[in-house]
Amino acid sequence: MIENAPYKRQSIDWWLVGAYLLLVLIGWVNIYAATHTAEAGSLLDFNGRAGKQFVWILTALGLAGMILFLLPARLWEAVSIPLYGVVLGLLVLVIFVSSNIKGSHSWFSLGPISFQPAEISKISTSLLLSLWVSRQGFKMSRLKDFLLACLIIGLPMLIIIAESETGSALVYIGFIFVLYREGLSGWWLGLIGLIIVLFITTLTLGMFWAILIMIGVLVACNAYMQPSRFFKRLAICGGAVLVIALLPTVLSWLSGLVQAQIDLLDNRIWVPRADEPDHYFWSFILKIRPMHVLLGGAAVAFPLLMWWAYKKKDTFLGVSLAAFVVGVMLVFSTDYIFHNVLKDHQRSRIEVLLGMKEDLAGAGYNVNQSKIAIGSGGLFGKGYLQGTQTTFGFVPEQSTDFIFCTVGEEWGFLGCLLVIALYVFLIVRLVTDAERCRGHFARVYGYCVASCIFMHLFINVGMTIGLMPVIGIPLPLLSYGGSSLWAFTILIFIFLALYRDEKKYF
Amino acid sequence: MNRDGRHIRLLIGLGAAALLLLGKIFSLQILNGSYKEDADRNSTIYETIYPTRGVIYDRNGKILVGNKVAYDILVSPREVQAFDTLALATVLDVDPDFIRGKLKEYRRRRSSIGFQAVTMMRTVPAETYMRFDEVKYKFPGFRGQVRSIRDYPFNAGGNLLGYVSEVNQSYIDKHPGEYRSGDYAGMTGIEAARETELRGEKGYRIFLRNSRNQIEQPYKDGAEDKEAVPGSDIVTTIDADLQQFGQELMQNKVGSIVAIEPSTGEILALVSAPGIDVSMLADIGKNWNQIASDPYKPMYNRAVQASYPPGSVFKLVNGLIGLQEGVLRPEMTYPCHQGYHFGAGHKLGCHAHKSPLNMEESIMMSCNAYYCYVLKNILDQKKFDNVAEGLDHWREMVMSFGFGRKLESDFPAELSGSIPSSKTYNRAYGRGRWNSTTVISLSIGQGEILATPMHLANLCATIANRGHYFIPHIVKASEGVEIEDRFYEPQYTLVDTLQFPKVIKGMWRAVNSGPGMGGTAQIAHVDGMDICGKTGTAQNPRGADNSVFICFAPMDNPKIAIAAYVENGGFGAAYAAPIASLMAEKYLRGETSRPDLEKRMKDADLMARVKHD
Repeated sequence: MIENAPYKRQSIDWWLVGAYLLLVLIGWVNIYAATHTAEAGSLLDFNGRAGKQFVWILTALGLAGMILFLLPARLWEAVSIPLYGVVLGLLVLVIFVSSNIKGSHSWFSLGPISFQPAEISKISTSLLLSLWVSRQGFKMSRLKDFLLACLIIGLPMLIIIAESETGSALVYIGFIFVLYREGLSGWWLGLIGLIIVLFITTLTLGMFWAILIMIGVLVACNAYMQPSRFFKRLAICGGAVLVIALLPTVLSWLSGLVQAQIDLLDNRIWVPRADEPDHYFWSFILKIRPMHVLLGGAAVAFPLLMWWAYKKKDTFLGVSLAAFVVGVMLVFSTDYIFHNVLKDHQRSRIEVLLGMKEDLAGAGYNVNQSKIAIGSGGLFGKGYLQGTQTTFGFVPEQSTDFIFCTVGEEWGFLGCLLVIALYVFLIVRLVTDAERCRGHFARVYGYCVASCIFMHLFINVGMTIGLMPVIGIPLPLLSYGGSSLWAFTILIFIFLALYRDEKKYF
Repeated sequence: MNRDGRHIRLLIGLGAAALLLLGKIFSLQILNGSYKEDADRNSTIYETIYPTRGVIYDRNGKILVGNKVAYDILVSPREVQAFDTLALATVLDVDPDFIRGKLKEYRRRRSSIGFQAVTMMRTVPAETYMRFDEVKYKFPGFRGQVRSIRDYPFNAGGNLLGYVSEVNQSYIDKHPGEYRSGDYAGMTGIEAARETELRGEKGYRIFLRNSRNQIEQPYKDGAEDKEAVPGSDIVTTIDADLQQFGQELMQNKVGSIVAIEPSTGEILALVSAPGIDVSMLADIGKNWNQIASDPYKPMYNRAVQASYPPGSVFKLVNGLIGLQEGVLRPEMTYPCHQGYHFGAGHKLGCHAHKSPLNMEESIMMSCNAYYCYVLKNILDQKKFDNVAEGLDHWREMVMSFGFGRKLESDFPAELSGSIPSSKTYNRAYGRGRWNSTTVISLSIGQGEILATPMHLANLCATIANRGHYFIPHIVKASEGVEIEDRFYEPQYTLVDTLQFPKVIKGMWRAVNSGPGMGGTAQIAHVDGMDICGKTGTAQNPRGADNSVFICFAPMDNPKIAIAAYVENGGFGAAYAAPIASLMAEKYLRGETSRPDLEKRMKDADLMARVKHD
């Protein structure tokens, strides 16, 4: 890169633009592949989805050009506050005026065009978050600063949940990567990871395994924090043992064999059984279960550790103990959350994912058909327009949320590799460009864009291959639909504009 | 903290996440082969191979129902090119608008039809198809598919055989998993009763289709294809000649004939008139409106579905019960002065015959008064506390002959008839407010008694067997077809075998006493055949009396037991007796010796007498 380049164009990251264009093109031809038998016609038949997507692509490119060449980059910093306010208003408004599309109230319908404010909200939230975090004197460790950042992220997230678009809301969790980059303690990331692990282990393996795993993790972390090198090494060894112990579960999760694991780890070994003999004096010994040992040990160890933490002024131990209490509460309330807070379809999707039930005709249908489509692709795929699963309509929503199936079936593993590599390239490029920016606003914003794309990618592709529950969010740039394509185009091109603007001054 | 390291950590995390996704995709696409099979299964299409339906034979190996070839006309709308609608309509013998309408419908459903073929016309006759086959090349997209349909070499037993037609949705719902739209199934008669054996098993050929829904190749080279299993043939107990003869005798009359082989319970003929012509059965769809609008209900099988009062033939039952109870001895005589007088001025009338008479004579001359005494003596026995107990005891004995309940034959839609109990009269008159004279018409088979012609034939077979019957049935055991054990088990009545010859003597005299002796069934006499019979003349509230006759022959070691019931036929001797007698002669001798009588019976037209709704 040439610094202080006299021409604006040369400071545009054309690699990024190229990756963007390639992904959009791949999306377009795959939308045609997914729909070509149901609606006869060519790629450019404007009655078909591929033709409509072509229109969306052209308009999106127009928007991109406008952002790059017509609008001043400085504008975005200035409009971020009012834009955020307006979008929040729209998010609330849409709940009341929208028509019900597949159970959610998140679409504005203006004649033939409908759009989702939740898509724009990603842009406005990113802009305002960047503005706040890049502000002079912002410190992540200051509670007020941190909480306001959380509020900026949390407010649209909550409203979107109220719109019954939980999937779109999950994307906002990705902003935690931005906060991490800007100084949030890594323990928070760990904490979120721990919560997810606890939730899954409670549901699949049972409460006591979940608590045991949590104790293991907390002990290992505390040992790691000890100044003595011996403890550090011990912790690393312990952590390694834990990872190895959990590896079978993770691997079987990957290959979809969780049920076998559950059978091995029958919950009954943990809880007393009703049919134990109790007519001997000593028979109570037979009734002792790991659960009792666990409870007794915790009852003795907990006050001791509290006293230790207080005496040694070991904040980390104190926080760990608090985390343990919260974690136990979470484990015990998992069942409640699972059955009372989650909606029926959400619960059954998670059950299908974790192998707790097999419902190939109902909740598991989408995922099963999607796995069949992708699985049948093999190494090279069946060839463009030759996929039988995606064209016969076995896979639902094949041009929108399940577009990755078409890639998997017709282009095979190599095609999947190409698409995922392109995304990784796009994200890496965004992150490295962001790191190069001297202005904090552009840097934070770049991370926001990268996080959004990553979350969409991971959740969407994870869903089509049975790694994530079915969450209806589009694959960025590939899925059919104008709202999503426009939103990601704007998101990416604002960063490109900011990045180019940076370069002007150096 | 070193913030510069953080973006590296995040990128490492990104790489790990991408590897996780790719790892799972790798396991789906490369390591796990089962998804390819699932995908193949998803993209297979099944072509059904229809089995030929089992043939129905008569007891002598004659084919009652066979199969002949017909064709379905299929069309793949996507392959159809512009063609001469009028020419196709002429070739297929349909209205051009029919073809236009069908094509319009396919156009509307084109997204669901896709590249598949749909059936435009069903069971087109072979001649029509041959015409079409010659000019098929002019109509791309149209083709024929072989289908077998029913063929009837004999005009015998139309509504006994039943018909086969395409299943409708409610039929499919009633037999989950067995039928699909476009399949055929037996709807009535033997076709329905033996559907599971006759239909066979459908087979299929599996093909793989490509992404444009075109058939590419057989799935796994046909390794998983299934051949169709033809339906089992059914051998019936019917004698085709006898059945056809019975139908001729019953033409232009309403009623039925049931003939049973007493030693086995096999039904030799089951005629219900007016019946249905077999030529209508093959294409029931086309003829359905005509059949349904016929006021005489030809699909209604009167032999098992019509309940009538049995009339005087029921005297045999009362006589047998009287003998068994010991209140009647054959030599006992009762007077008859043109009927039975009871109460103040009440009378149950009778015709002119000698008086007093004994039991044999009472059967021979069918005296009403005699059986009024018999029934009264049965019901008013000292061993009963009251007449209600007596009536229920009587009922129990009557029902042991098969009356008042379904005989549980293998024939569908059989009615049970009815025999009254004390509850019937308690309801009508009040408890204790009726006596044996109240129910006196039961003695002569009138009043609250209802029985089907099948019940009467079964009574006749029971008497012929001297006290037991075999459940009447229409299907013989043959290769691949079993019948239930119960059809081989004799069903005993509550009347001892010893009592039967006394009654049979009277039945023999009714037919064979010679002219001028007063036997009511003189007309049924055939030299050397020893026919034993009993006439009946049952009241019909709608017009003339019904003519009833039961007989078996020969007296010793009987081969056939017949019940004939002719609605509005008048005296038993008028129509039922000659018809039954001719049937017996035809069956036992293979031919008849009374051409005048036969012609008179065949030509008789009683339809004008029959009132219908």
